[in-house]
Amino acid sequence: MTVRRTVATAHRVLRQLRHDPRTVALILAVPAVLMGLLAWILHGRAGDFNQFGPPLLGIFPLIVMFLVTSVATLRERTSGTLERLLTTPLSKADFVMGYALAFGLTAVIQGLVVSGLSFSLYGLHVSGSPWLVVVVAVADALLGTALGLSLSALASTEFQAVQFMPAFILPQLLLCGIIVPRSQLPPALHWLSDVLPMSYAVDATRQLSTSATVTSEFLLDIGVVAMFVVAALLLGAATLRRRTQ
Amino acid sequence: MEPAIRVEHLQVIRGGRTVVGDVSFTVPSGSLVGLLGPSGCGKTTLMRSLVGTQIVAGGSVELFGQPAGSPALRSQVGYVTQEPSVYSDLTVSENLRYFATVLAVPPTAAGRVIGEVGLGRHTDTVVGRLSGGEQARVSLATALLGSPRLLVLDEPTVGVDPLLRRDLWILFAALASSGTTLIVSSHVMEEAERCQRLLLMRDGQILADDSPEALLASTGSTDFESAFIALIESPPT
Ligand SMILES: Nc1ncnc2c1ncn2[C@@H]1O[C@H](COP(=O)(O)OP(=O)(O)O)[C@@H](O)[C@H]1O
Ligand SMILES: [Mg+2]
Repeated sequence: MTVRRTVATAHRVLRQLRHDPRTVALILAVPAVLMGLLAWILHGRAGDFNQFGPPLLGIFPLIVMFLVTSVATLRERTSGTLERLLTTPLSKADFVMGYALAFGLTAVIQGLVVSGLSFSLYGLHVSGSPWLVVVVAVADALLGTALGLSLSALASTEFQAVQFMPAFILPQLLLCGIIVPRSQLPPALHWLSDVLPMSYAVDATRQLSTSATVTSEFLLDIGVVAMFVVAALLLGAATLRRRTQ
Repeated sequence: MEPAIRVEHLQVIRGGRTVVGDVSFTVPSGSLVGLLGPSGCGKTTLMRSLVGTQIVAGGSVELFGQPAGSPALRSQVGYVTQEPSVYSDLTVSENLRYFATVLAVPPTAAGRVIGEVGLGRHTDTVVGRLSGGEQARVSLATALLGSPRLLVLDEPTVGVDPLLRRDLWILFAALASSGTTLIVSSHVMEEAERCQRLLLMRDGQILADDSPEALLASTGSTDFESAFIALIESPPT
């Protein structure tokens, strides 16, 4: 892996985004609009908004970045650019880290937009620091990117890639503790939720909602999310094949 | 001198079918070799085996004495896939600057190769808005960036107008005379006359491995289309 090639790859991905301003607008606007909708739905029920708002503030960017990354990497696989790149000195890590860097930067801007609007315009309130909410939102978006990179290897068409959202993300949404607290799930489902990354992302925001200080549970949760990001990126690099049928 | 390409008993199975069967040949350094044969005969599969992206069932492929696909070869081999493999949502120069960094060549190389493939007017055009033939030339330009020792070009002249096709073949000949080895595939038999050596392929087999003149002489033909038919009807024993 070389820094030059990784940065060049990130730069190239960002340039592709720049040629597609509508996608950029959607990436930035969709989570912000959804949070506004949530605030409106829970109008006059500040307690509920403060309970459901923070976890969803991370989950919306996760879903958006998962879809964007799945389609972007699938396009590289099907257009032959990935095959060509892998015949050059570019390493698999350069490729994966380039994407992570480009979409990571996008996620920072997305996280600032959605959090900024939520805390100012929509009146969201947490006991902890709003900046830590931004950190969790960005970590979630990165998780979406990393999962998109690794899972897109399983898809051979764009139809399949898009279906991975309901197949891999929605079960996590059901099990992450938003609908039923994870401690009240049937034992098998509780165990399942323990091995899914979104559970930790939601737990982390829950810590921020209720606690004014940074708790060790928060650090543990965000650490687990970070580990899932690293693991998914490694898996993403491992699924790139120089030789194919 | 060590040959640029040495293929021995190469066999490739795709989709349960043998698409390249027991193929052997060598290509000396600095030659311009045409790989000709009808669509579906296995040209792309053979080229993928050369650059190390194809899973092979048997035999060996060596480039400059190293096994195909080995890391040391990655900066020495330029591969142009049959379908243009460049980013259609980037401009010509953005594509070339990215590949220049990947290949660790100075960005000025981008200007040189754009001229070589005759795309000077389209430097800042988004690739997706170019015609098929123009996109193929962008793809070719990226492979020329690193001045590789071996160029593997899969149907680079398809869809290119006759004048430009002639210019491309002049470019290929110039590259060969400066020491680059080129293997160029085509399903258009007339392109054979542009090559120094021909590999004629059919059904995953090499039918002939000869110079264009020798091929015409041995088959008693005046054009390559009839030479190819003659080879199929009465294969040399
Ligand atoms: N991905 C694939 N899976 C299975 N069979 C394939 C695949 N790609 C090509 N083939 C088959 O391999 C044979 C050779 O194809 P190819 O190398 O593309 O020929 P050419 O480049 O000469 O047109 C064809 O019969 C084709 O159907
Ligand atoms: Mg082909």
